[in-house]
Amino acid sequence: MNTATLTREPAADKPAPRRAPLRPARVVLHLFLGAIAIGWLFPIFWAVLTSLRSYDYTAIHGYVSFGGWTFDNYVTAWQSAEFGKHLLNSVYITVPAVLLTLFLASCVAFVIARFSWKLNIVLLGLFTAANLLPQQALLIPLFRIFTEVPLPEFMSDSELLYDSYWGLILINVAFQCGFCVFVLSNYMKALPRELYEAAMVDGASIWRQYWQVTMPLCRPALAALATLEVTWIYNEFFWATVLMRTGDKFPVTSSLNNLRGEFFTDNNLVSAGSVLVAIPTLVVFFLLQKQFVRGLTLGASKG
Amino acid sequence: MSDLPLIQADRAVPSRAATTTFTGGGRRRRLRLLSRTDRVVITLMVLVPLLIVVGLVWLPALATVALSGTSWDGIGPLSEIEWVGGRNYSDVIHNYPPFVPAIQNNLLWLAALFVVATPLGMFLAVLLDKEIRGSRFYQTALYLPVVLSLALIGFVWQLIYSRDQGLLNAVLGTSTDWYGDPDVNIWAVLVAAGWRHVGYIMLLYLAGLKGVDPSLREAASVDGATETSTFFRVVFPVMRPINIIVLVVTVIESLRAFDLVWVINKGRNGLELISALVTSNVVGEASRIGFGSALATIMLAISLIFITAYLAVVMREDRR
Repeated sequence: MNTATLTREPAADKPAPRRAPLRPARVVLHLFLGAIAIGWLFPIFWAVLTSLRSYDYTAIHGYVSFGGWTFDNYVTAWQSAEFGKHLLNSVYITVPAVLLTLFLASCVAFVIARFSWKLNIVLLGLFTAANLLPQQALLIPLFRIFTEVPLPEFMSDSELLYDSYWGLILINVAFQCGFCVFVLSNYMKALPRELYEAAMVDGASIWRQYWQVTMPLCRPALAALATLEVTWIYNEFFWATVLMRTGDKFPVTSSLNNLRGEFFTDNNLVSAGSVLVAIPTLVVFFLLQKQFVRGLTLGASKG
Repeated sequence: MSDLPLIQADRAVPSRAATTTFTGGGRRRRLRLLSRTDRVVITLMVLVPLLIVVGLVWLPALATVALSGTSWDGIGPLSEIEWVGGRNYSDVIHNYPPFVPAIQNNLLWLAALFVVATPLGMFLAVLLDKEIRGSRFYQTALYLPVVLSLALIGFVWQLIYSRDQGLLNAVLGTSTDWYGDPDVNIWAVLVAAGWRHVGYIMLLYLAGLKGVDPSLREAASVDGATETSTFFRVVFPVMRPINIIVLVVTVIESLRAFDLVWVINKGRNGLELISALVTSNVVGEASRIGFGSALATIMLAISLIFITAYLAVVMREDRR
């Protein structure tokens, strides 16, 4: 249904004369693009297909066969891998990290866009570049810092930043801030300056200018970034792999790897697990496709 | 340290002319000092995020560079750190067998993305930029993999590559272990990585193409230029900022490639990558901090070259 509404859209805004008879070149183009699109969707389609078949059936008949349909792989994967728990862990990390990233990044972006100080460019560079550094290059000192910083027990049972949700939230915020500062400062610079002049005449403080003038106007950019960041932080694999130890606390993306031993012999179970992990991002993708695409392209071109 | 110049800059505010492009231009501002509260608020708004980013990204990066000149087991107190100069670097180059394959694989990764996946993404963007029916469907199919994590992509492709249960062997009638055989696994992984990269690049170029002034194309076609030559002579040069961003994205992605090989076999046996070597040296059985840091510093240095180029481009765009 989704694709139907999507494909109808362009035709709807174009007037009738566009619908010229298909030229041969167009047919070739559609065949080519259709083949590519099917090829691109195939691995995902195959994963879904495999996940819906019983291991016993495919073990006998091979994977290039038809039959053995079952939903048991999902039940088994959900129960044995405790997906519910790991998904919840992902929520604990992703939601605060995204909110904090957007809040802190919008603060910096506001100052950069609102004032034209010489240092702004240094600030912007410092934030943007931080997002592009290879994570592994920071691992050694960070690992040490995380194992040294104590947390009270009520915050983490590890009593350290290492192996705690707090640590992961913090490192994700530090890494993702740069991209958001970059996008938001560009967006804010495009807002009319008269707004601030009017606000200043009204005697609005800097905080009110930020919170009541700029932020409401940035809703489209914030929505796009929120969509993108939810996907990125949910998909984050490296930090959780190296800065977590307790199996129960892993977010779902990195928990997949720890569970590989259990799944190793059963590809059908692997695919059910993969589909389960993919579902949240696919939901985001289909519901908020526009936001997602806009977020990505806002970073590359000037909104 | 960085808050000090900020407060000084604070006083410079009133003298700031409204040079930004959005205002009408030469409007004179009356001198108006920010109130004390405003100054505190501004300082906090910048300082808190700055402390997080400097403390968790930049200081560790500097510490990595410093540690690369030392021998340290990573466990003992900091006072045990011993300066060894460039020994770690010469060890990396001369006494570390996985280093050369890792460099080769990283370069191969870059070449594959740059020579195959990036042009394909660009080509598809050009095709999809035309007004064709179902364009949205094709786009959706192509960038669907972009929302999946690379770790997950490793698992999804395992269903195709697995030796005993994979689709590829079943169809071809072979018994290759696509992920395990060191002769072929890097290529198998590159297909999976490229699968995701194409959609990403297509998206970036599609946005870039939408931003190209249509009158340029009209002018070219009036002059009798073919579609191909219009693209290469007119459209492509105009998209220079996007081209550079795509170049940097490609380089950084190939340098940071990690998740995919780590979920397959932790970057061994044909799948060595610098990022995986750094990680193995730190969290692996033998934690060789100085040595790992030397590897990490090499990575950092390469990435900084491209990050600087990237910043130069986007900042110049900014001033326009």
